[in-house]
Amino acid sequence: MLEHEDVQEILKLLDGTPVEEFELETGRFRILLRRTADGTWTQERETRRVEARTEPATVATPPAAAAASTGLVGALDADVPGIRSPLVGTFYRAPKPGAPPFVDVGSVVAPEAVIGIIETMKLMTSIYAGQGGRIDKILVPDGQLVEQNQLLMTVVPAAP
Amino acid sequence: MRIRRLFVANRGEIAVRILRTAHRLGIESVLGASDPDLDSVAARLADRCVRIGPAPAARSYLNVAAIVEAACTAGADALHPGYGFLSEDPALARACEVAGIVFVGPAVATLEAVGDKLSARSHAQDAGVPVIAGGEAGSLAQAEQIAYRTGWPVLIKAVGGGGGRGLRRVEGPKALQDQLELAISEAFAAFGNPRVYLERFVTAGRHIEVQILGDGHDLMHLGLRDCSVQRRYQKLIEEAPVPQLSTALASRVVAAAVALGRRLRYRGAGTVEFLVDGAREEFYFLEVNARIQVEHAVTEMVTGLDLVAEQLAIAAGVPLQRAQGSIAIQGHAIECRINAEDVGHDYRPSPGRVTRAVFPAGSGIRVDTHIEAGAIVSSFYDSLLAKIVVHARDRAGALERMAAALARCAIEGVAVNTRLHERILTDPEFRRGGVDTGYLGRLLAAASG
Repeated sequence: MLEHEDVQEILKLLDGTPVEEFELETGRFRILLRRTADGTWTQERETRRVEARTEPATVATPPAAAAASTGLVGALDADVPGIRSPLVGTFYRAPKPGAPPFVDVGSVVAPEAVIGIIETMKLMTSIYAGQGGRIDKILVPDGQLVEQNQLLMTVVPAAP
Repeated sequence: MRIRRLFVANRGEIAVRILRTAHRLGIESVLGASDPDLDSVAARLADRCVRIGPAPAARSYLNVAAIVEAACTAGADALHPGYGFLSEDPALARACEVAGIVFVGPAVATLEAVGDKLSARSHAQDAGVPVIAGGEAGSLAQAEQIAYRTGWPVLIKAVGGGGGRGLRRVEGPKALQDQLELAISEAFAAFGNPRVYLERFVTAGRHIEVQILGDGHDLMHLGLRDCSVQRRYQKLIEEAPVPQLSTALASRVVAAAVALGRRLRYRGAGTVEFLVDGAREEFYFLEVNARIQVEHAVTEMVTGLDLVAEQLAIAAGVPLQRAQGSIAIQGHAIECRINAEDVGHDYRPSPGRVTRAVFPAGSGIRVDTHIEAGAIVSSFYDSLLAKIVVHARDRAGALERMAAALARCAIEGVAVNTRLHERILTDPEFRRGGVDTGYLGRLLAAASG
């Protein structure tokens, strides 16, 4: 494992030389050190997995996300009008578990109405209808992971 | 005893941080990881990696049974909980005890005493530490009574909360009922405990904290940290020592932390947080964080100690090895938290795949991170990507070094808040030192208005 102190030792050696770029590669890591215009340095690292040290027996179940993600990108088609998720996260239809959903099929919404919540990195973001009308279809169930720009609901626009 | 195999029950930069010390000390490491973290930098650095559950934290990093079972199966003799997740949950400490695994943290009784924020408050009072006027608000009538005694505005806090979460500021009596009800339901949803309490809102307070180390008998401190640069009660920049604080007030704050630590017979590394009113030379107890903290790195830079190594030694039953007098604070250290958030879009979280990750390197610079090119920033976890920590002879030198270090950061693929840090570092008020917790909010409001 390469420590901060190790990097500093290497840089001390390099500082007195005309070397502009230094790359060190082992079976466990790769580090690229680059001198910048003002003489200071940057680092880019790559940590490698040593296969012999992993434990296939305990890492038995493959990530479920792989299977789920193929199913959830179905509604990314940008041409379909409706309410889309502004960011990646978990979609919730209700303000808290057990509470009634913000909207249902048939609900009439104003543009500023909240229709759901996206939870991303422990932060809750309200999703607004963005357009007035009647909720026609709800495409994403409660608690499902959604992609950015994924279609959540379709709306029949209010008559002008 | 001697710790031979350590189970790391956390993720992200702190998992990497703990693994480094384990490696340095020749302790075998086993990382417990959720599905999306099985190929993380921490998983690659650990000697072994075991799956503890799917992506949602409730089913992996917050699942006591899954974690303890994984630690047992891996044959670990100790477990480090990191920060956040279950790090301060007495249930994990107790489950470890039952399983015969050393919990790297305080005793169960201490976690219970300080995890309940009202109980922590009364321990502080018993230790002679000043607390902010307030008390438990079990009903609207009780809340009104407290508010009339303390004056407005007040802050509603969750008894089971902490870390700046679950706080609600109430300006006057009209809003109290609504805010109280919201706070109670929020507290229940977030912490599983609906109890809340009220404190007078201190307008111009600085967030200052003391790092303590105890072995259950003896207790020492490792100086102060200033964590006043906060956005929505979340720390963004931390430094040590504390700028613009009188020596007299600093020693009173340290003495208060030590008195509380001794009263709790504290074992492990911990932090006592205070709100300090520098102008009035007054300070108040906020809470005890019974774990390693994100900002522990600045203390390490100015003391030369490895706090994770200290935690492991204490957990192994080794008494404190150093005398208080041998601890010297040298130079000045600053930490900037690089978060995956979009500064241009109201700090919206920005998950995704990191395509490029260039960090500064050089003398007086330390980067604690779990981010490399190809790393996935998952929407399931918090947004901390890296801590850029610098150390220099004095604060001016540290500020200069940090500005140069930030300029060399280039993270692509996800949005990061580097620009915000650069903004703060060039702001004259921050450069003078001694800003209060309202500072960043005012700076941002001035920028957008």
